[in-house]
Amino acid sequence: MSTATLNAPAWTDSKRHLWLLGIVVMGLPMYGYLLFLWTGLGIFWWMTPVVVYGLIPLFDRLIGEDNANPPDSAMAQLAADPYYRYVVFAAIPLQYATFIWGTHMAVTGGLAWWAWLGLLVSVGMTSGLAINVGHELGHQTAVLERWLAKIALAPVMYGHFYTEHNRGHHVRVATTEDPASSRFGETFYEFLPRCVYGSIRSAWEIEQKRLEKQGKRVWSLDNDNLQAWGITVLLFGAMTAWLGVWALPFMILQGAIGGSLLEVVNYLEHYGLLRQKKADGSYERCQPHHSWNSNHLATNVFLYHLQRHSDHHAYPTRSFQTLRNFDGLPRLPSGYAGMILAAYLPPLWFRLMDPKVVAHFHGDMRQANIKPSIRARVIAKYAPAAA
Amino acid sequence: MKKWQCLVCDFVYDEAKGLPEEGIAPGTRWEDVPESWTCPDCGAAKSDFVMAEVD
Repeated sequence: MSTATLNAPAWTDSKRHLWLLGIVVMGLPMYGYLLFLWTGLGIFWWMTPVVVYGLIPLFDRLIGEDNANPPDSAMAQLAADPYYRYVVFAAIPLQYATFIWGTHMAVTGGLAWWAWLGLLVSVGMTSGLAINVGHELGHQTAVLERWLAKIALAPVMYGHFYTEHNRGHHVRVATTEDPASSRFGETFYEFLPRCVYGSIRSAWEIEQKRLEKQGKRVWSLDNDNLQAWGITVLLFGAMTAWLGVWALPFMILQGAIGGSLLEVVNYLEHYGLLRQKKADGSYERCQPHHSWNSNHLATNVFLYHLQRHSDHHAYPTRSFQTLRNFDGLPRLPSGYAGMILAAYLPPLWFRLMDPKVVAHFHGDMRQANIKPSIRARVIAKYAPAAA
Repeated sequence: MKKWQCLVCDFVYDEAKGLPEEGIAPGTRWEDVPESWTCPDCGAAKSDFVMAEVD
């Protein structure tokens, strides 16, 4: 027996096989179709929203939280285990199968309007979940991962995310300059257009600056945005050539639905939280208390630990299987999947979250990221009684 | 003196300038920056930096 085996840690990753569910969810619209053929029940055209808005929040409730961390001694081995790379890679073929099958079915299936709509939402939300795959890959520094990130973002028309997320959002997170950090008092419906417009603009400017520095033109193939969007153009062009012009509205609308699913998750990750400015005008470093966390097992598994968000922002290149939970972090009242539903209903969202933000700042809302038009009013309303 | 660039967010560490606000004096060579140091903009580890240019 070698010393390596003798010293091998006894710890094993209890979620090792559960991560395969990240692949499984990429095929939801197709399983829904099979279930529809089997049962004749029309609800199965709506398979992805049924799972994401129904089953996963339900399992979060039933199973509860998953607070365990791998021991430090197991981290290096866990991070280096290629299994976890391949699990993420393997989601992409199934994502593409769903996109291609769904578009083909939408154009040629002769579906009733409600079935077509269900298919659209199901395929769109699957494309949105694939942004999470692109997110995980886009944070890795290997060339293969970075190309696969662009490929995963193509069906959902979100190529700019590749640039904006790492070099925009991670740098400016929890500041008023970040389009993807939501503000206290801002509804999801106000956040969505501000974030999408701001992110695309930011992605373009970041690449423009980088390319100018290298003496290249912004309209060149070295532009990461043009590379990533170019895959979308090729893919949508090939689909249209094959299926005719009616493939286009389906593909564009499902992309919009997918993008809005990513943005609703963005909305809840940093709501109201703000980094303070230092004396020299720069921001303090991003710290664990600048992200909202959750640890519910079901959402943890299908979003690759994205809810362990503070650790993700502290160590952005840490791969998903090694992200850790910490005590005392800002914590959402439910898993991300359940909080998405609240975000769609602003009065409910404000009722759940505003007291949490106020408590986080002990009533001193001068430290919060607040919608500018209500900032003065909010600060006055919650100000702790003068001593 | 060399410059080192963050692979995540493009932040550049310039050995000539150091990072005095983080206690790293001007002229500190990359190999003398503590291993526990992380990118001040995005938090990436020291190992996520590559050499960018030599002045």
